[in-house]
Amino acid sequence: MDFDYFSYLFFGGLTRGSIYALIALGYTMVYGIIQLINFAHGEIYMIGAFTGLIIASVLTMMGLPSLAVIIIAAAAAIIYASAYGFTIEKIAYKPLRDANAPRLSALISAIGMSLFLQNYVLLAQTSDFLPFPSLIPDFEFWEPYSHIWTSAELVIFITTVIVMILLTFLIKFTKIGKAMRATSQDKTMASLLGINVNRVITFTFVVGSATAAIGGILIASHIGQINFYMGFIAGIKAFVAAVLGGIGSIPGAVIGALILGWTESFFTGYISSDYEDVFAFLFLVGILILRPSGILGKSETQKV
Amino acid sequence: MKPILEVKNMTMAFGGLKAIDSLDISIHQGEIAALIGPNGAGKTTFFNCITGIYKPTSGDIFICPHEKQERLNGLKPNIVTKKGLARTFQNIRLFSSMTVLENVMIGCHSITKAGVLGAIFKNAATKAEENFIVEKAYSILEKIGIEMYVDELATNLPYGAQRRLEIARAMATDPFLLLLDEPAAGMNPMETKSLDDLIIKLRDEENVSILLIEHDMKLVMSLSDNIHVVDYGKKIAEGTPEQIKSNPDVIKAYLGDESEDA
Repeated sequence: MDFDYFSYLFFGGLTRGSIYALIALGYTMVYGIIQLINFAHGEIYMIGAFTGLIIASVLTMMGLPSLAVIIIAAAAAIIYASAYGFTIEKIAYKPLRDANAPRLSALISAIGMSLFLQNYVLLAQTSDFLPFPSLIPDFEFWEPYSHIWTSAELVIFITTVIVMILLTFLIKFTKIGKAMRATSQDKTMASLLGINVNRVITFTFVVGSATAAIGGILIASHIGQINFYMGFIAGIKAFVAAVLGGIGSIPGAVIGALILGWTESFFTGYISSDYEDVFAFLFLVGILILRPSGILGKSETQKV
Repeated sequence: MKPILEVKNMTMAFGGLKAIDSLDISIHQGEIAALIGPNGAGKTTFFNCITGIYKPTSGDIFICPHEKQERLNGLKPNIVTKKGLARTFQNIRLFSSMTVLENVMIGCHSITKAGVLGAIFKNAATKAEENFIVEKAYSILEKIGIEMYVDELATNLPYGAQRRLEIARAMATDPFLLLLDEPAAGMNPMETKSLDDLIIKLRDEENVSILLIEHDMKLVMSLSDNIHVVDYGKKIAEGTPEQIKSNPDVIKAYLGDESEDA
């Protein structure tokens, strides 16, 4: 076993894991608040990437420096994807919640929204893979290490860490964070204490969409191509990561995502890349047999 | 003077069942009132209706904390709370994975303004507001007598302290009327006595009126200025503890009608 190859796979897995984590956060936060699996979340990630591509192409044509391009494109992607998250919540989930519909109805609505967005982008854009400019520059000082850990991967990892720190701060120490925690524990009680529960839910969707958009633009820039279908498989993988870590738990989503990233990276690197998804899901089944509520999930004991 | 809470002819029907049937109840400033009745009489449903959790089928709910009378029908629970009604539940519903202080701070948030951006950039106004909330929450805990648990997780508190924390959290929303749903449930006689003292202290020092649902008759009789008795969703009696004790309808509702057994 060659150490460089091991490191290469390790950092490759870390990168995948970071991206999964950025998407998984949206799943796990929404689930934590309204116990809904928002299947349209993968599409938000895809829309983030498309927005990034469109804005980046325009700005590059205008001849802006690459740093300005990446910052403006990312900001646009975040705003646009957040607006989508906001709208999806308002038209696909809130009416059902107001009508006290069963949770299954909201789930079907989520799947419908996911298919709608996929096909909408397919029609409005194209079914082909579109080349995505590599916005993240190669740093010179990083040159000696770039054969095992590329600059782009480094940037993805650091961005993820920063997002995690901001999010932890938001949830632990801010007023809206406290309101989010209160709402996730007991919605009725939260509203009786003066919390506008609907606003908290909307905010959660917006934050989740923003992190997914960051993930979308980072991975698109790293891989170099996007298409309308990219959100589906990434969304499923991130969902797996969220379940693996214990859905509803934010550190759980990150741990689940990293484990999934490394599993895929090592198995494909040492065994066969044909079986990438097989290993990922086999691992999920294995962990869920040992810990049914996920790694950090709380097992719910019903009091009788 | 107008009553601070006036419920007129309120009905709450679930399908064919009228859990509350044309009920009239008025609560006056500075009063400790009790709502009693056998199990299933509709007492908790009454609380749910006036706090906005249920939408009453018909009737009116008015509040008049100051000069102006306002109608509460159809308002969401968070708005009702902002108008100055706070409540506790008969089963404990604390945010169990938060600290005692955080639980009370959440109640304070309903009366503060700071937004997300303020929290991230920590401007002076936000900081001042945060300090204000922490101080306010702490002083409420002191008044309620559970300040020694300030940084404990709510779930780790002894039972009596958890019940007190529920009251503290409700007080944090600055209510003019506090609705307590069986505050003494599961308490031993000593804890009940100190709860009795706490409720009187809140009324006298915090200027809050109180409406409580309670099954502990000793507590109800010693505490209440006015008692409302409901059965099958209808009011069957109203009066001072002495009047209620000797009311034949009340005795019938609680002990059953002798002639029925014959």
